[in-house]
Amino acid sequence: MYSFEPTDDQKIIVDEARKLAEREFRSRMRENDEKEEPAPEWSEEGWKLGLLPASIPEEYGGFGEHSFLTWVLAAEELARGDLSAALVLAAPNLVAVPVLLCGTEEQKKEILPAFCSDRYRAASAALLEPRFNFDPADLKTKAVQKGGDYVLSGAKCNVPLADEAGEILVYASLDGKTQAFLVPKNAPGVAVKKRERNMGMKAFPLYSVALEECVVPSANRLGGENGCDFRLLLDASKVGLSAMALGVARASYEYARDYAKERKAFGEAIAQRQSIAFTLAEMATDLEAARMMVWKAAWLLDRGLDATRESFLAANFTGDMAVTVADRAVQILGGYGFIREFPVELWLRNARGFAVMEGITIV
Amino acid sequence: MISFEMSEEIRDQKEYAEKVSREKIRPYARHYDEHEHEVPWDFVNFIWDEARHHIGCLLPGSMELEEPFMSQVHSVEALSWGDQGFYLAIPWPALGGTAVRATGTEEQIERFLKRFQGEEVTWASMALTEAHCGSDSAAIRTRAVRDGDSWVLNGEKLFVSTARESMINSKGIMIVWATIDPAAGRKGMRLFVVEAGTPGLKITRQEKKLGMRASDTAVVVLEDCRVPLENMLSSTGDPQKAKSFKGAMATFDSARPTAAASGVGIARATLDFLKERLAENGIPLRYDRPRNQLSAIERDIVDMEAQLEAAWLLVLKAAWLVDRKKPNTVESSMSKLKAGDIVTKITQKGVELMGTLGYSRELLLEKWMRDGKVIDLFEGTGQINRLIVARRILGYTGRELK
Ligand SMILES: Cc1cc2nc3c(=O)[nH]c(=O)nc-3n(C[C@H](O)[C@H](O)[C@H](O)COP(=O)(O)OP(=O)(O)OC[C@H]3O[C@@H](n4cnc5c(N)ncnc54)[C@H](O)[C@@H]3O)c2cc1C
Repeated sequence: MYSFEPTDDQKIIVDEARKLAEREFRSRMRENDEKEEPAPEWSEEGWKLGLLPASIPEEYGGFGEHSFLTWVLAAEELARGDLSAALVLAAPNLVAVPVLLCGTEEQKKEILPAFCSDRYRAASAALLEPRFNFDPADLKTKAVQKGGDYVLSGAKCNVPLADEAGEILVYASLDGKTQAFLVPKNAPGVAVKKRERNMGMKAFPLYSVALEECVVPSANRLGGENGCDFRLLLDASKVGLSAMALGVARASYEYARDYAKERKAFGEAIAQRQSIAFTLAEMATDLEAARMMVWKAAWLLDRGLDATRESFLAANFTGDMAVTVADRAVQILGGYGFIREFPVELWLRNARGFAVMEGITIV
Repeated sequence: MISFEMSEEIRDQKEYAEKVSREKIRPYARHYDEHEHEVPWDFVNFIWDEARHHIGCLLPGSMELEEPFMSQVHSVEALSWGDQGFYLAIPWPALGGTAVRATGTEEQIERFLKRFQGEEVTWASMALTEAHCGSDSAAIRTRAVRDGDSWVLNGEKLFVSTARESMINSKGIMIVWATIDPAAGRKGMRLFVVEAGTPGLKITRQEKKLGMRASDTAVVVLEDCRVPLENMLSSTGDPQKAKSFKGAMATFDSARPTAAASGVGIARATLDFLKERLAENGIPLRYDRPRNQLSAIERDIVDMEAQLEAAWLLVLKAAWLVDRKKPNTVESSMSKLKAGDIVTKITQKGVELMGTLGYSRELLLEKWMRDGKVIDLFEGTGQINRLIVARRILGYTGRELK
């Protein structure tokens, strides 16, 4: 039977995530965007939510089950606080979740416990490549089998926290199929290059990374000999990004709504004019619709069903929606929307990223 | 726990409605578009004799449905996929019945709705709109004046769907909105039931429409139309405290997601058709490619598909609330405004994408474009539903946000 009501546990998690995001994320959003560095509190305080350990079963050191639905509910709240902060906090998932979903028993035993301690541990994934016609199903980074090893070569961009992370899950084409390889950051042939300079998500450090004849043992291939279900990981990444797009859009909408009730023009609040009020009504409607789409895709993933179509549609819809909503928020603020003392320009810059980023988060 | 699992009950209802849509509606859709004002009797009789015993909403109370409203939006969506005019031409209590149940006494519900359980095909209609006011429904001028043991109705009603069916082609009912005190605005408004055959009610014109032609839309004149006192809907039995306006407005909270579902059905008809044509021509739809690498047509289609999905999920959310008797005014209006938008855009795009084929009356694309537009007009226009959402999210009264 249909239901649109989260469980009581999920409601508690959402509530905690919201409070944390308001307290630690939003309060530092502007300052850290200007500094282009994350705040230490984002990972330190954020980790106390325990979201990732709660997603890992006891046998691997955690205390729960992974649920995409729970994660998308939380991710919306986190990204509403601040997108960069949410991405930093979710970065360990980039390794932990693919291992959880696709790893061999040995990989799970070896890797997951490290993500269950009470200290945040950065991790990373390298999917994107620096070209406009990037296609995750047709990567230029190659993996070649050589004896008991794989040799990886290629150029990656927008690799989250590459400098800090202990390991990077590198996506590469193996005989034309995209597969993933666990690469310790200090492996020979891995070079973390320059920090990316993007329009938004500025407090989320992203790097370009070069792989030059980087050799990893075959045991490091995600899923072992049989490899991993890359489509599943890509779907999961889309759903995670979409949930965060919701958060950014909601932040913009709420701010513009409150502003419109305060700001007076021609003797009354601008929200009392239909042109503004209807715009807000449309923003609220599309937000709600997008949320349902994200929930549906997450629900499919939780059930182990094919979510390729739904996650694609959700990503498409939320990606557009986030930009439109953020843009309309800027418009509602008028000239102030253009000024960095107000947050909406930051949300517009962040929102634009959803259409172009892939694989920088996974929930 | 959040779930998008369709219950078995709804699946059965939906599949049955889809079969009706495919076999009994779609093949005749074009004929009734080109023969406006003809009644699709074969279809009507089939619904009355057979289909309504399988589709819960068409014969309320006939089945013990766990989620009656959720089931209704699924059925309506599926029927409208075949043809929206056919769906609106179905003999069932429809919106009028909802109003009777929402604002009538037990006795009134029995007296006015029993006929829908009987042998003879029966329709209901609802007359609110007038020439000088549609959106501003509180401004109606049709008068009800008490005279001894009857109410006397005088006025003119426009755009009354299934007026002819309910008043001439069957022994049905029409719910007429009138005021007992024009100076009192909403507080003076009451709902009256006029039964077929009541002297003083005349149908003076059948509108010629852009689309949705299988459903008749008529002008109704009330001239000293006398109904018994007991025909004023009032759950309290007291004409002074009837709370009609509020009660009747609440029926829109379920009417709007239903209209939205109907719009989704038309939009899906368009999209299904486009996808079939593309597949026949070997043009794949790829859901796993970056968007900037899709062809223009692929991108149009996936955007339409995302919009359709968005509207449908809003309908489900609104319907889910109705079944749980939770307030849903915002969700209901959201679903309606979204469906009005997307059905308009998707059907217009459908004509464009198929080129001259889309424009041709040989296919149904152009018809869907004509039909779909009404979704953004009736049951509250797109603007009115935006107004409702906006007032709620901003916490404004009608005076603060006009
Ligand atoms: C096929 C069809 C079937 C129908 N069936 C029925 C029926 O069975 N019973 C019945 O009673 N009615 C029925 N209607 C009438 C329908 O509900 C009205 O047409 C509708 O409510 C709009 O009213 P109107 O046409 O008078 O437009 P108006 O109210 O004159 O509106 C004209 C335009 O102004 C906009 N507008 C109005 N007020 C505002 C505002 N405050 N802010 C911003 N914009 C505003 C509207 O959105 C619209 O775009 C039907 C209509 C059609 C076309």
